[in-house]
Amino acid sequence: MTKFDITRRGVLKTGAIAGAGVALPTIFTKRAHAYTNEPTGDTVTLGFNVPQSGPYADEGADELRAYRLAVEHLNGEGDGGMLNTFTYGSGAKTELSGNGILGKKVEYVTGDTQTKSDAARASARSMIEKDGAVMITGGSSSGVAVAVQALCQEAGVIFMSGLTHSNDTTGKDRRANGFRHFFNSYMSGAALAPVLANAYGTDRKAYHLTADYNWGYTTEQAIRESTEDIGWETVNAVKTPLGAGDFSSYITPVLQSGADVLVLNHYGGDMVNSLTNAVQFGLREAQANGKDFQIVVPLFSRLMARGAGENIKGIFGSTNWHWSLSDEASQTFTRSFGEKYGFPPSQAAHTCYVQTLLYADAVQRAGSFEPCAVVEALEDFEFDGLGNGPTLYRAEDHQAFKDVLVVKGKENPESEFDLLEIVEITPVDQVTYAPDHPQFAGGSLGSCNNGA
Amino acid sequence: MDAIILQILNGLDKGSAYALIALGLTLIFGTLGVVNFAHGALFMLGAFVAVTLNKILTLSFTTVDETRTDFLGNPAKIETPYVEAWFGPEVGGWMIEWSVPLAILVAIPVMALIGLVMERGLIKHFYKRPHADQILVTFGLAIVLQEIVKFYYGANPIPTPAPEAFKGSFDFGALLGFDPMTIIYPYWRLVYFLFAMVVIGAVFAFLQFTTFGMVVRAGMADRETVGLLGINIDRRFTIMFAIAAIVAGLAGVMYTPILSPNYHMGMDFLVLSFVVVVVGGMGSLPGAVLSGFLLGILQSFASMSQVTSVLPGINQIIIYLVAIIVLLTRPRGLMGRKGVMEE
Repeated sequence: MTKFDITRRGVLKTGAIAGAGVALPTIFTKRAHAYTNEPTGDTVTLGFNVPQSGPYADEGADELRAYRLAVEHLNGEGDGGMLNTFTYGSGAKTELSGNGILGKKVEYVTGDTQTKSDAARASARSMIEKDGAVMITGGSSSGVAVAVQALCQEAGVIFMSGLTHSNDTTGKDRRANGFRHFFNSYMSGAALAPVLANAYGTDRKAYHLTADYNWGYTTEQAIRESTEDIGWETVNAVKTPLGAGDFSSYITPVLQSGADVLVLNHYGGDMVNSLTNAVQFGLREAQANGKDFQIVVPLFSRLMARGAGENIKGIFGSTNWHWSLSDEASQTFTRSFGEKYGFPPSQAAHTCYVQTLLYADAVQRAGSFEPCAVVEALEDFEFDGLGNGPTLYRAEDHQAFKDVLVVKGKENPESEFDLLEIVEITPVDQVTYAPDHPQFAGGSLGSCNNGA
Repeated sequence: MDAIILQILNGLDKGSAYALIALGLTLIFGTLGVVNFAHGALFMLGAFVAVTLNKILTLSFTTVDETRTDFLGNPAKIETPYVEAWFGPEVGGWMIEWSVPLAILVAIPVMALIGLVMERGLIKHFYKRPHADQILVTFGLAIVLQEIVKFYYGANPIPTPAPEAFKGSFDFGALLGFDPMTIIYPYWRLVYFLFAMVVIGAVFAFLQFTTFGMVVRAGMADRETVGLLGINIDRRFTIMFAIAAIVAGLAGVMYTPILSPNYHMGMDFLVLSFVVVVVGGMGSLPGAVLSGFLLGILQSFASMSQVTSVLPGINQIIIYLVAIIVLLTRPRGLMGRKGVMEE
């Protein structure tokens, strides 16, 4: 029979050994890795976090197609796409050569954001902690982008945002580990206002319907301020719940408000529904203040245009990129995407593809996957040949500055993809703002985080 | 004044949809005693019958037109719908344009079949189970149906336009002597309201003036006695379930031009329709219809900017507020009878 003697000394000893054992793995990981998820084998894992369900699922599906294409091109498969056109500000060609990133083959995992912040954070966390993703990218909502960007900052990985248009992403919620290639609400306002003044005059009364979350707020503010600068008056601004479905009760008061322009700060399914309702209630044939009533949609996408059908014809909006652009890079991308999938890429697909290439190139130039080295390589980085002309990743807020497209729903489409026509390519100078512009105030990048 | 008329009109179409769905819900509840959370899904399936018919009618074959090019610069592929090739562009084009009204004819047998399969295949096994079980199984069924539709049709709304003849809107203001273009109402919403009135009328006439309807009403009042009289009341109730499915389906078909359908539209209407049923009085058919229109119009009033500027967010909760008030003052609902759901 064995006798157990429990002594103070014995307990202390066991405790010390057990404590060391528990602490051991973290000591090892700290020693082995200088930063979160340092790739040590011959592959590197990227995390693609896109809405695969929920109202933006179509956008998410297109983003995923673009990511797959980007991975193919990075690994030297397919026709290489925009790797062939990507150049630096100096005119030199990209250092990426189709043998992965720093010689490591690119692999990827995907997550479903469901267009919900908490679901997006959970899937990003799982990709970082379980799958070892060294970079997270994607998303089709500013609410999601802001949430995931903050998570990546804490975890010590790079976040290359997908489609996010709210000023907040690189404004009050900017983070050192996050970068945005997509344009933003302010830029939409700055690009749209002159075109609107030209088309509809400077004596207009606008009525805003605004999606009730961060993207809606900044878009309303941006369009309001830039149209008021050209002399328009804002009669009313009404917030509508996300996914309201039927907007008729919001549309009907518009005609009686004395407004002669309706601005729909809606996106995705909401925009399709509100625009359809507005057209059904005869707003486009209506007269107000002796002028033809007009509708403006600040952020357009081709996928939305398809949903809205012919209601979109003749309506002005802005977009980040369109497949019908005639520069070599855009054509190259459209061809390589179109040959693979049978239809042209959306603006969401474009920005996601570009973000993946930009990240890979920054790692290549930095010679390391270390987040702080990547951040340094991307800050004040100038590039061209990715479809938007010469572009700058500004160091102060990690926002990309490039030309903005003002588009209009095409009156006589030649094909099912030919829904938007480019009215004007607004030069970058016209949409550039100071990093501390009031619409972006209150944020700070902080310092980059390597995690681990 | 014109704003008030406009909001009443505005509430009519939504009220029509609420009334049609609530009518079916209360029919099922009154006959089978089942709380059917899959009823919103039936509304959604009806809408997708219209979408599917539209897709079938626009099924196309492709020919290559060498004279034109597509977005990649390759020879363009021209799509021609089969119906246009078979019946000529005129008749074929007409069929495509009128696909939503035509879908009514398709939806009746399809929805009846779906209703029968649902009742016989699944819900039948839950009659003796508690209401909580029924709610769980029908809610689960609704989710399954939703996901199936999402799998085949995607998550985004699918535009299904009304025929050209019903596009545009009707100037009520000019008719009533107000300034022109102050009270406008889309033609299709007017059609929807009239259609709902016809369907509701038909259901009431069927229950009121046919022997079948009389037996069903008797069964609703006292199922056991009717059964003891040697009448197979269960089979009639199954048929009533199919009829309720048809009503919900037709409501969905005709709603597609008002709101481009997506897989989620049923859920959006379901919860509100339950409130409608409760406010109207459980098991009361006229109550369901009345409270459907009432709540539709109330909701539309609450969305007026004059109201929301005083009470922000009131449009989101008005229906539930009314439900609370009605239940506090009239616990059986507006037209509820004694003895229903009270054993």
